[in-house]
Amino acid sequence: MAHSEQEILDGLAEIVNLEAGNDVEDVQLDKSFTDDLDIDSLSMMTIVVEAEEKFGVKIPDDEVKNLKTVRDAVNFIQKNQG
Amino acid sequence: MSVESKGFAGSLSAGPPVRHSRISGIGGYRPKRIVPNSELVEAIDSSDEWIRERSGIIERRFAGPDEGVIDMSAWAAEPALEMAGISGDQLDAVILGTVSWPYQTPAAAPLLAERFGSKGAAFDISAACAGYCHGLALASDMVRTGQAEHVLIVGVERLSDFTDPTDRGTAFIFGDGAGAAVVSASDTVGIGPTVWGSDGAQWEAISQRESWIDVHQQGLGWPTIGMAGQTVFRWAVWGMAPVAQRALEAAGITADQLDAFIPHQANVRIIDAMIKQLKLPADIPVARDIAYTGNTSAASIPLAMERMIRHGEIPRGGLALQIGFGAGLAYAAQVVVIP
Repeated sequence: MAHSEQEILDGLAEIVNLEAGNDVEDVQLDKSFTDDLDIDSLSMMTIVVEAEEKFGVKIPDDEVKNLKTVRDAVNFIQKNQG
Repeated sequence: MSVESKGFAGSLSAGPPVRHSRISGIGGYRPKRIVPNSELVEAIDSSDEWIRERSGIIERRFAGPDEGVIDMSAWAAEPALEMAGISGDQLDAVILGTVSWPYQTPAAAPLLAERFGSKGAAFDISAACAGYCHGLALASDMVRTGQAEHVLIVGVERLSDFTDPTDRGTAFIFGDGAGAAVVSASDTVGIGPTVWGSDGAQWEAISQRESWIDVHQQGLGWPTIGMAGQTVFRWAVWGMAPVAQRALEAAGITADQLDAFIPHQANVRIIDAMIKQLKLPADIPVARDIAYTGNTSAASIPLAMERMIRHGEIPRGGLALQIGFGAGLAYAAQVVVIP
């Protein structure tokens, strides 16, 4: 079953919270992973792998660098979810 | 037209029956010059805190002109031979794992064997950060099959020679050093089965940036090693934790029976994430030699084990799970009895 944008955002916020400790409510669509949420490249990869499992998508390594904002990640997952 | 054989009807001699092997000695050599993060930060526009957060590295050692690959290997091997209670001329084989011996040919191992007065088989293996565990697998099987009584395996690197000091992805990661082990015959199993493999599709994830031919023909500068950090991180954590698990299963033990976990010292973040994936019990000592040694590729596991033994952190005779993984991509893991 396809996840809605809100469901993906909520799920991502949980993952970010567990990996990097950011408050769930701080993980908003327009936030930059690097500049606003202070997530480094290795934490980003952990978030990507967790998101893959949670939403049943494959996020290739080459794609990860394009996921600059939370919106980029939500859009990618929504478009590619199984 | 086919040619007929002479029809030998007997059986070839296979040598002595299979026996057991163990690590009988271990040693390490750390170069004299300590290089703190502060010495590297300017060239990569970074800070001590940034490096520590991303890698767990506080300092590393860089080898000087009087600390060559053969020198460091010999100095690491001496205490290993002493612990094993043998002299160098008793070595039937010398296996050296390295990616930073600066000669295309010959291999470094025969020169090292010569230092010890050994005329045994001597060859290098190129399995990068998995080189030591590959070498240990070969050494173990050589001893088990009676091909050799004592085999020296050395992991040695002078990665500072092949590191771009302005590369933010690698400049603070790599260090120099050598670790060595002697493998000898044993009444009991001292080295469990090796779980190993490769993924050549990802060969570019860690590699020398240009081939020697390109360097020569295109007049390029000295080649250095590049690394796709995120790709390696994903592979190392989620790809290698199941390999470590399989090595435990192959040895017939469970994680709670371990006395030490000694993964390749690639990055503390990889080590921590791997522990999580493996669900390793919190009371098992984990090697964190990387903080003071950096990533020394093939040398990292024996160096880490040597430090843990010397500091009394792990019991001699206990069980250690070790796993090497790196360029190739290549990996190897096994459970060993701590010498």
